[in-house]
Amino acid sequence: MTYQPSALQLQREAAKRRASRRSTLIALSSTLALGFILVVVVTGAQGYEMVKNSFFNWHYAIQAMPSVFHGLLLNLRVLIIAEFFVLLLGLLIAIARTTTSPVLYPVRLVATIYTDLFRGLPLLLVLLLVGLGIPGLRISWIPNSAVVLGTVALVLTYSAYVAEVIRAGIEGVNPTQRQAARALGLTQSQTLEHVVLPQAFRNVTPPLLNDLVSLQKDSGLISVLGAVDAIRAAGIQTAQSFNFTPYLVAGALFVLLTIPLTRFTDWLTRKQDARQRAQGQ
Amino acid sequence: MSALFEIKNLRKSFGENLVLDDVSINFPAQSATVIIGASGSGKSTLMRCMNLLEELNDGQINLDGADISAYGTDIDSVRGQIGSVFQAFNLFPHLSVVDNITLAPRLVHGVKKDVADKNARDLLQRFGLADKADEFPNLLSGGQQQRVAIIRAVATNPKILLLDEVTSALDPVLIAEVLTLISELKQEGMTMVIATHEMGFAKKIADSVVFLHKGRVHESGTPDAIFSNPQTQELKDFLSALHQAGRL
Repeated sequence: MTYQPSALQLQREAAKRRASRRSTLIALSSTLALGFILVVVVTGAQGYEMVKNSFFNWHYAIQAMPSVFHGLLLNLRVLIIAEFFVLLLGLLIAIARTTTSPVLYPVRLVATIYTDLFRGLPLLLVLLLVGLGIPGLRISWIPNSAVVLGTVALVLTYSAYVAEVIRAGIEGVNPTQRQAARALGLTQSQTLEHVVLPQAFRNVTPPLLNDLVSLQKDSGLISVLGAVDAIRAAGIQTAQSFNFTPYLVAGALFVLLTIPLTRFTDWLTRKQDARQRAQGQ
Repeated sequence: MSALFEIKNLRKSFGENLVLDDVSINFPAQSATVIIGASGSGKSTLMRCMNLLEELNDGQINLDGADISAYGTDIDSVRGQIGSVFQAFNLFPHLSVVDNITLAPRLVHGVKKDVADKNARDLLQRFGLADKADEFPNLLSGGQQQRVAIIRAVATNPKILLLDEVTSALDPVLIAEVLTLISELKQEGMTMVIATHEMGFAKKIADSVVFLHKGRVHESGTPDAIFSNPQTQELKDFLSALHQAGRL
């Protein structure tokens, strides 16, 4: 005889369906209500027409688009190079901080001071100090381009954050894993490369990507040094027309730039959660 | 039989706590030595000293006539000759079963990847795990994981295999499959040191049994002598406790 759900189970399923229909309805109506209130508050505001003209002007948006987009290409170049060096430097600092050998004490000390310093300093301050201070030294072989120095400042700050994330990952790997690798005869560096780091990176991928998303948008801050990136390009347009729409265009482009990576982060986090549950942890 | 592995006057303490006191044991080639004793008797510390995971406070350990406890010994190369398996399986969760097994042969012994892969698959085939070769460890049962861990230790062709309570985390059915694997390795001539609470298994597989008590070798001998004719009160107490717990 084939399985027939009991009357009790059918009742339960019907109740579940009713509850879920009700939740959908509630979500829909509360969203509509909030949207309605927002529209009424914003469009009813005294300065609405003025803001609409100076921030949401289609004409200026289209006019500003080419130069802002051109500026964004600079942001893209900067952030790709910065991401590479941030990961590299962050990894090296994290490894330096997790060493235990007494010979390497000075290395640990320097790495610790580095992370303390650059996590504490506001990014804007680092940008100004590096971007204005280093050219002031007048050392001939150091480039004084705003783009290069801005990228250096981003790398300095973000590598400190990323180093701490990676260090947390390294320390999160169970010490017995290290022992098992050492017992098999792997050297310390082989153990780090083949056993510890792969697991460490897996554990910290979501927070790591989160930092990279943040770096993507902060690449716009190099504009304070005068590099003509998307924000600076928008500023130039605004100065010509006294209309702020170009800033919004730049903002929209930055959001579009970060969305793929944020979605990827979400997806990866969900995947890892699912795997951990499969392990029953 | 010549002693392949020798422990001479080994002493190990953690601070004030003396864990191993003047321990001397000979392990002849192709023999299985079972180490028994209550928790805290120093079994695990002894095993960890044998593969140099712990530093000795005194004494000497010889492998194949060479003093591996000498200052300046290449510890990595020594460990490459000693296979170790722990109570917690410690498989690498980010590597497949085959990659777990081939990691040390490739990195430590310089075996080419295709050769190492083939050896690993042959070993898995022999011990009935061929279909698990490409799985990841978390999808395996505890018994399968522990068998893979033992195969991983054997894959480097160690001169001696250390098994530290390898069945303690398993249920009886899974224990049986792990013990079968160990018996097969013994038949193939693998020299083994086994710390275990499975006394029935110890009786069957052991060439000699060492009873560790308070960090000292209290009694040692053939399984028959140890289990049927214990000389000291401590061993008698230990065996009767096991008897009451239904483990003997």
